[in-house]
Amino acid sequence: MTAIYLLFILMLAIFVGFELIRKVPATLHTPLMSGANAISGITVLGAISIAGKGYEEWATWLGAAAVLLATINVVGGYMVTDRMLAMFKKR
Amino acid sequence: MTDYSIIINFVYVLSATLFIFGLKLLSHPSTARKGNLLSALAMFVAVIVTLLDQQIISFELILVCFVIGSILGVIAARKVAMTSMPELVSLFNGIGGLASLAVAYATLVGGENLSVFIILVSFVALLIGAITFSGSIVAWAKLSERMIGRPIAFKGQIFANIALLLGILLSAVLICAQPEIATWHYLAIGLALLMGVMLVLPIGGADMPVVISLLNSYSGLAACAAGFALENNLLIVAGALVGASGIILTNIMCKAMNRSLMNVMTSGFQAVQSSDMKIEGEIKPLSADDAYYVLEAAQSVLVIPGYGMAVAQAQHTMKELQELLESNGAEVSYAIHPVAGRMPGHMNVLLAEADVSYEQLFEMDEVNPRIEGYDVAIVIGANDVVNPAARELKGSPIYGMPVINADLAKNVFVLKRGMATGFAGVDNPLFFKPNCRMIFGDAKETLGNLVRQFAD
Repeated sequence: MTAIYLLFILMLAIFVGFELIRKVPATLHTPLMSGANAISGITVLGAISIAGKGYEEWATWLGAAAVLLATINVVGGYMVTDRMLAMFKKR
Repeated sequence: MTDYSIIINFVYVLSATLFIFGLKLLSHPSTARKGNLLSALAMFVAVIVTLLDQQIISFELILVCFVIGSILGVIAARKVAMTSMPELVSLFNGIGGLASLAVAYATLVGGENLSVFIILVSFVALLIGAITFSGSIVAWAKLSERMIGRPIAFKGQIFANIALLLGILLSAVLICAQPEIATWHYLAIGLALLMGVMLVLPIGGADMPVVISLLNSYSGLAACAAGFALENNLLIVAGALVGASGIILTNIMCKAMNRSLMNVMTSGFQAVQSSDMKIEGEIKPLSADDAYYVLEAAQSVLVIPGYGMAVAQAQHTMKELQELLESNGAEVSYAIHPVAGRMPGHMNVLLAEADVSYEQLFEMDEVNPRIEGYDVAIVIGANDVVNPAARELKGSPIYGMPVINADLAKNVFVLKRGMATGFAGVDNPLFFKPNCRMIFGDAKETLGNLVRQFAD
């Protein structure tokens, strides 16, 4: 049953995503991509729970590596997006 | 269920809402920065509340990883030049993929008594993560010219790909049957990494906007699949948003080239088409001095930038010229083709960096209906996106692609290094039109020359 419930969420999220992104103007497509990059760093949540749970050693290290990688994505992604968006100015 | 897990899940709902609002604000340049901050806030809150999880017993390792990751992220974000955004975005795509790969792998290794469903979705996350990682690394190498940019294809590549797909399917079956055997994990990861490489190798430089968008989408889908493996709603929602974004961008890029995704992914295998069509007319070069007299008299000027502008770093000089033209009474606009540059929106960011107002940037469909009204169209380092063959030469490989009709402006100046063809390898009849003049040389120097003439 959990699988069905998760699929439900997925289906709704995809529709929301399509509706939202369709409205992003072409001029913002690069910041959209780098921002989306940062959002995909959401994996960090999964990585945290794996790294901290006291699994066997190998899994813990994998989790820690994932925390590190996803953090690069999140921090780097949001900062570079902000840097770009700050440049978009009206005359 | 402890009290904490209810709090955690409640905050996840909040954070999903913030992500959605953040993306909504991206619909206009004036609110986009706020949107990005909202999205960052959503991520921050989600991370903090995840640390409340009572099952987490050791925080030291996590904190160390946070610190190192943040430092690396800050350095990357600060140091990168705007011209290298495509490289950075592909690198970030790859890192995201690798993170999802590690999470999925750890789930397979660390979990006990996993259900077939969890094993299967972990496998999918592992697969997409690995493909995203190796594919992005190849894309990054091609973009940063550490690797040759043209398509790489070899005999039997299609059969190799089919064999690879079958191998991946086999590894899925083996992992489901014997999830605890490490060899199957290695096999699956190795094959998936190879798949990513094989996917990007046959794709050429000009098609990079499509590949980056596609890999962007994959990095989201990998997070989404990891969400299924960990039964984490927020991972699924955020991953789906990213996946949708990448798919929409991929679609826009393909449409702008009048090709299907399948055609882009496999075109490297096909022989380059050559047409025997002779183009009538001759090429007329023009010096920057003569160009100045035309520009001085112009009332309206349209600038059409391409990847060449990024390579020459000519956007700042162009902005100087724009100001001089405007103080001379001319109206200056920019026309941007969806696939100009190496990633979606690349030109817009470069011009924004040079302080050009976003209200002066127009999309192809806005400009084309009124292009006859412009006195001068200046094409800077663009080729295929202004090629009239797409409109009038049936049989041309790019026939049918929507282009900016620069040739319909009263005068066209093409700033170009030499007579090389564009990435599509097609001759450009624009250069032979009676109203077109070529100004050969480095775009930045040419524009600098014009600026000096105006200043005198």
